[in-house]
Amino acid sequence: MSELPGVRQIATEVREGRTTAVAQLDACLSRIEAGDKSVNGFMEVQSEAARTQAEQVDAIIARGDDPGPLAGVPIAIKDNIVMQGRKTTCGSRILENYISPFESTATERLVKAGAVLVGTTRCDEFAMGSSTEHCAHGLVRNPWNHEHVPGGSSGGSAAVVAQGMVPAALGSDTGGSIRQPAAYCGITGLKPSYGRVSRWGLVAFGSSLDCIGPLTRDVADSAAIMNVIAGPDSHDSTSVDTPAPDYLQNLDERKPLVVGLPRQHLHERNHPAVVAALDEAKARLEAQGATFIDVDLKMTDHGIATYYVVATAEASSNLARFDGIRYGRRAEQRAGESLEDLYARSRGEGFGPEVRRRIMLGTYVLSAGYYDAYYKKALQARRVIHDEYKQVFQTCDVLLGPTTAEPAFKIGSIADPLTMYLSDRYTVGANIAGIPAISIPAGLAEVEGASMPIGLQLQAPFLGEQALLQAANQLQQSSDHHLASP
Amino acid sequence: MSDTTPSLTIEDTRHVAHLARLNLSEEELKSCQHDLTAILDHVATLGDLDLTDVEPMAHPGDQTNRLDPDDVQPSFKVEQVLNIAPATEGDFIAVPKVLGDTGGSA
Repeated sequence: MSELPGVRQIATEVREGRTTAVAQLDACLSRIEAGDKSVNGFMEVQSEAARTQAEQVDAIIARGDDPGPLAGVPIAIKDNIVMQGRKTTCGSRILENYISPFESTATERLVKAGAVLVGTTRCDEFAMGSSTEHCAHGLVRNPWNHEHVPGGSSGGSAAVVAQGMVPAALGSDTGGSIRQPAAYCGITGLKPSYGRVSRWGLVAFGSSLDCIGPLTRDVADSAAIMNVIAGPDSHDSTSVDTPAPDYLQNLDERKPLVVGLPRQHLHERNHPAVVAALDEAKARLEAQGATFIDVDLKMTDHGIATYYVVATAEASSNLARFDGIRYGRRAEQRAGESLEDLYARSRGEGFGPEVRRRIMLGTYVLSAGYYDAYYKKALQARRVIHDEYKQVFQTCDVLLGPTTAEPAFKIGSIADPLTMYLSDRYTVGANIAGIPAISIPAGLAEVEGASMPIGLQLQAPFLGEQALLQAANQLQQSSDHHLASP
Repeated sequence: MSDTTPSLTIEDTRHVAHLARLNLSEEELKSCQHDLTAILDHVATLGDLDLTDVEPMAHPGDQTNRLDPDDVQPSFKVEQVLNIAPATEGDFIAVPKVLGDTGGSA
């Protein structure tokens, strides 16, 4: 599978006329045909819509016009980012037949840049989960070992890139949903700063936490996608107003980095191979002149509690719109039934157990009498976490630590919701604070006789994507970890 | 916080399900009660923090409300909206009776 070229290579070859967008699409569709039977990452392969886009790219080239920086690059889209005229289910029964009447800003920009959107990828229902086991339309398998989860919630996006079906996919990250599956599948996943990529057309989960970002095989491809999707958008009033820089321009710049190591992320429960991978990465950075300092993120232990109050409160409000009236699935109407009963039955039947659980939690923490004890307290803790990061970044350029404590777990092995939530321990902080973070492949662990990937996370200050990508690129280029494939 | 927070009863759970407009079976209510209790126990660790005088933070970044120019933009056509509605009647989305004996909750 490793013969699949990357984002920049495909774009260059298509732009130079050495291949066509249609030929690239056909090759991609054959790889999906061969690879997805066992992985099950695609929710829907939309070959007709994709072919139309590919033909347009080839027509633009035939006219002698500029097809854009991502000309002919096949890209998969997480099933919670809408594309006009295509199905978006969010991994839920309640949207099982929803055809979007509008286009997300991120996908609109990809298409304008010449990309070919080949289909949608499975995710945990409404992006709520860490394993893609909570998808109403079937689970996804980790390409490295089919008995293990690909991570989540962008598990489908991570799996189809890792399996070599597409060179890139979009995901969304509310508490780690791009970085954790990227780590579990051995690829590169970037969660940008809050607001750096427009959320227009991303089905909302936690509006103050949600970010769209790329999953790719290396950092430079991640930068190439960011160059297209990042930037202000009048459709999203929370998008950052300043134009996005060219992330590829100075990507190879080498700086003597000051790297912060959060003590609280060097937990004794980290898998020995994760500890070894971090030590090995440090040695490589040190050889390139980096210096290390130990820093404290003392709020790490309170991150999950803060996150699950804020995220579920926002989710309970956002998901109120799914009531079976204007769009989505409506329960079978009963004679004489009130509108309210119809809402409750449509929602009870349409949402799966994890989404119901989070709506319940969010409703509870916002309800009269509990607002101050839970929601307000979590927002105050959020401020403390935000300020703690700000202070730490006075002393270092980037933070380095594991993305997850362990490699991907076995399908069905975590039944307890709280245990599943705690697996996001190292990733939620970036969402709470709004800062950018990236997970890159850092080696393999032996798990029950099979090799499973490990990811390391780098974090940078708000809007520090350029420094983050430079540091990640520097680290990535000093080893072959990102070239490993299942 | 753990001092002031009572454990979640089945009646509380039923009340929350009503607020969330979620029709849940008795079994689902019980499993929700169990799961929420465990999660709220963990959340109660926020009570260990001294948060006196800390300004709540609802949103990252320092953005304030943004004003856009008051220009008319194209919107969906009626048929686009009706196409994705689960039940329609003419140019309308059909719903159960809202007013009268069986409708609404007044």
